[in-house]
Amino acid sequence: MGLLQIKNLNLSIGDTQILQDISLQAEAGKIVAIIGESGSGKSMTAYCVNRLLPRGANVSGQVMFDGQDMLQLPEPALCDIRGADIGMVFQEPMTALNPVQTIGAQVAETVLIHGAAQKSEALKIARETLNRVGLPAAEFPLSRYPHELSGGQRQRVVIAMAIALRPKLLIADEPTTALDVTTQAQILGLLKKLVVEDGMALLLISHDLGVVADIADTIAIMRRGKVVESGPVKQVFAEMNHPYTRALFKASNHVPDRAAKAQETPILQVSGLVRDYILPRKSLFGAPPKLRAVNDVGFSIKRGESLGLVGESGCGKSTLTRAILGLDAVQAGRIEIDGRAVTAGEKVPRELRRKMQVVFQDPYGSFNPRHKVMRLVAEPFHLLDNAPTGSARHQAVEKALTEVGMLAADADKYIHEFSGGQRQRIAIARALIIKPELIILDEAVSALDVSIRAQILDLLAGLSDRLGLSYLFISHDLSVVRAITDRVMVMKSGKIIETGDTETVFTAPQHPYTKALIAAAPVLEKTP
Amino acid sequence: MKRAFSMPGFAIGFCMAIVFVAAALLSFFWTPYATDGVDIVNKLRPPAAGNWFGTDQYGRDILSMLMVGARTSIAVAVVAVGIGMGLGVPLGLAAAAQKGSLIDEILMRGNDLVFAFPALLIAILITAVFGPSAVNAIIAIGIFNIPVFARLSRGAALSLWTRDFVLSARVAGKGALRISVEHILPNITNLLIVQGTIQFSLGILAEAALSYIGLGAQPPMPSWGRMLADSQTMISFAPHLALFPGAAIVLTVLGLNLMGDALRDLFDPKINRER
Amino acid sequence: MLIFTLKRLLSLGLSLIAASVVIFVVVEIIPGDPARLMLGINATQDAVDALRSQMGLDQGLLARYWLWVSGMLQGDFGISYTYRVPVVEMVQGRVWVSLPLALYALLLSTVIAFPIGIIAAAKRGSWADWLVMGGTQLGVAIPNFWFAMIMVNIFALKYQWFSPGGFPGWDDPALAVKALTLPAFVLALPQASILARVMRSALLDTLSEDFMRTARAKGRTAKGAMVHHALRNAMIPVLTIIGLQFSFLLAGAIIIEKVFFLPGLGSMIFTAITQRDLIVVESVVMLLVFAVILVTFLVDITYALVDPRLRRRP
Repeated sequence: MGLLQIKNLNLSIGDTQILQDISLQAEAGKIVAIIGESGSGKSMTAYCVNRLLPRGANVSGQVMFDGQDMLQLPEPALCDIRGADIGMVFQEPMTALNPVQTIGAQVAETVLIHGAAQKSEALKIARETLNRVGLPAAEFPLSRYPHELSGGQRQRVVIAMAIALRPKLLIADEPTTALDVTTQAQILGLLKKLVVEDGMALLLISHDLGVVADIADTIAIMRRGKVVESGPVKQVFAEMNHPYTRALFKASNHVPDRAAKAQETPILQVSGLVRDYILPRKSLFGAPPKLRAVNDVGFSIKRGESLGLVGESGCGKSTLTRAILGLDAVQAGRIEIDGRAVTAGEKVPRELRRKMQVVFQDPYGSFNPRHKVMRLVAEPFHLLDNAPTGSARHQAVEKALTEVGMLAADADKYIHEFSGGQRQRIAIARALIIKPELIILDEAVSALDVSIRAQILDLLAGLSDRLGLSYLFISHDLSVVRAITDRVMVMKSGKIIETGDTETVFTAPQHPYTKALIAAAPVLEKTP
Repeated sequence: MKRAFSMPGFAIGFCMAIVFVAAALLSFFWTPYATDGVDIVNKLRPPAAGNWFGTDQYGRDILSMLMVGARTSIAVAVVAVGIGMGLGVPLGLAAAAQKGSLIDEILMRGNDLVFAFPALLIAILITAVFGPSAVNAIIAIGIFNIPVFARLSRGAALSLWTRDFVLSARVAGKGALRISVEHILPNITNLLIVQGTIQFSLGILAEAALSYIGLGAQPPMPSWGRMLADSQTMISFAPHLALFPGAAIVLTVLGLNLMGDALRDLFDPKINRER
Repeated sequence: MLIFTLKRLLSLGLSLIAASVVIFVVVEIIPGDPARLMLGINATQDAVDALRSQMGLDQGLLARYWLWVSGMLQGDFGISYTYRVPVVEMVQGRVWVSLPLALYALLLSTVIAFPIGIIAAAKRGSWADWLVMGGTQLGVAIPNFWFAMIMVNIFALKYQWFSPGGFPGWDDPALAVKALTLPAFVLALPQASILARVMRSALLDTLSEDFMRTARAKGRTAKGAMVHHALRNAMIPVLTIIGLQFSFLLAGAIIIEKVFFLPGLGSMIFTAITQRDLIVVESVVMLLVFAVILVTFLVDITYALVDPRLRRRP
């Protein structure tokens, strides 16, 4: 008899059926992973366990936790269980903490709510718990506020709040999705350690097969509100009975076929690039401090080549992109586009800018919601001196749309009528419309589900083959970079610390940071 | 627009506001009685069949006075909102486009400064210089509206400037002015409409208050605020003198606010997302 | 926190200087000669010139500005053109009517708005919420001077619970407070309506924050999470409104004084405008602006106390 047994769970919110006939179980000291793409209902399954459901939720079935049916308990009894017997960790550590309370008060709160101790004792427990999650007293006194901590540190505080009373079950809803790879590895290690030490059950929700492959005992794969396959991890990975499991697995490891060969002539050459930011003054007098976001960076991209740029958040990737695109002024260095040089202080001329285009990460934020696709895709025509007008313009947009696998008729629609993957195709169409030679892909597939991501990667590979495009592929996701690039650069604190052929860098990294990065990245073995 | 009318708040508010606009427009061509004559025989009549809302101390028909007064209120509010939007929005957009620059800094400090002068103090200063009149009331309320719109559009524009679609436009080589007009302005119109409705109703209240203390519309121009000021000494024996102009203000402002609230709900993505 | 306070103080000083320049310039562009105005149309040119130099009017623009500002810093607001008495003496008695009235109204507004706003947010969608939303909608729409007239008619003239106007002075504080109660209430009501609505929407915004879900996951009841987590976070927009309201209340106070025949700054300033007694207008407006800027400063400091993120930010 397991600690948690979910039987025939159904959930609807309003008229929408969210979950259908879910059955799962979790045992003390074991990790159960729920895997699924967005909209699969994996998070809602978790929220059914501690009954933190949105308004208008209608739930039926059975959720037996520790001998009680959570679906039958009244609200006060649920409050007694939440925090004490069931802890919870959320996806977004930046917003999960109350910004106006100290971390000590927030961890101690868990203890105080449940009347487990007096105030001073509660603070002592808070201290010990913070020590356990790797936030020692010397650096992280109880009086710290959330905004003084990094994302990974905040996630540790959230974990401390969840485990302060040593619950029997911990629910972690995408606990590492918002974090960098090295931090992700640390947090996963911490969760694993806590499971072993406290003998608690962990319900780990994730969209990433690689993340859970190493640490989960059992796994349930969800799709459209149903569990399509579940069982011990090894068994599920070995058998893959359900076609969706196989598809998901394949998409996660997808490597597009690429035929393009890099030529010898470079399209972009960057040397000695420096970009400083002026920070807010710390004192009333004296010069404001500077942050060197890009520090003496140099590299080149050849025609038809796909160059990867990896690094964790804040390493300067985005700043570098903006500098290359000519959006921000640089303090020193030289950018050479197609043989023509632009030095620091100079504006990038239009005829050079039209050789580069960009695709951004967020498929929802990259389009003006008030314009039709026609106008959105045609926007880069602004860079041409004699841009096509009238029907020629229409035809160009339609051609670009069909090029990326959309329909010509889509030009007359508004952007909100499209899904995330479709929007990313439209973003690529917009980049293609003025026939650039280099496309900068700034985390362009990071916000997409794995199956959609695989399709977009195929599209990119195909386009580069047909049109001889060069890519600067920026990503924090090592597996994607490995799949689509010829060469790769690793960036840390504004500097390029390692460059080389992708396979060489991944199999034999030289710099210790690259080694750490590659070691931390979750790897999904190709069929054990 | 269709969706707006399906919201009861908007529909009710719209009906209330449109009645007063219609009355004001109608007053240009026709009022039940003339408002410029004195008819002492019929003074201070309570509401009756001949004069629905009664007559004032000079025997003038209150309903006719209200209709003409609506003209003053609406004109003052419209022009004041126009001044506020016309100057405030471009300033706010310019400040956002050059965030952190000297222009931005000067503009924001200027805003703070105007905020230190409530509309009434501006009106007091202006009337002290140019003498009381409806035009000066408009200018005073209009000046007060400028920082309201400047601040609103700057704040909204700043968050839009960080969006990727603006970055895309910059990659396409578009300049700050063009981006402000093509990408920023269309995306803040909803906010501006909501705020415009609210400032419109505040303008009506402010005009009434200024006229009441004698800094707004001057005789013989009828104004709701002045009608109330005139009624004050007679309120105990002729309450209808105070009742109808006051009710007119309340209903107009209420109507506008209901519309503003409904529009805010309609435009607010947060509420839409809740479904 | 010290740097934060110093910065705010600096901006307080700059605001005051800017405001004084604006007021001075506006009053300067007025045509007409104050000395001629004081002495009347029949005075000899010599007498006018003598008075001009006595008042410092024959000096340059900058010198006169400095004279005015340095005078104010020493508590000398100049001499009324009409009454030929120091403005300070005229203002002294009156400031203690207008200022307490505005503060009293601010207190009432806050005391009324907080519980109403909290209840409406906590019971969102219930009849109580509808009642609050409807009532406040009406409260915002009513012009307070009209409301005051009606209140006077009912509670002072009909029932005689309050006196219909006038002010007995602060010799007996109880009587003074009583005389200010009806005006303060009338002033407070529209502002309380606005504040209650802001409080409600700020709370609702906070309730949808992630950390509220965290609190619930810790085992807080809905009410506990509201009290311990939502309230303080919701205070940030509420404080902004309270700060803005003070300036509206101060301006409103000088209007309401007219309804209640209170001997405050309002009646003085309106008389001064009709008599073109510009030095009085200038000084009183400066005084009111000073009060508004001071309150803005206090609100800024309170912000930092409520929100730890602001203490560090310059």
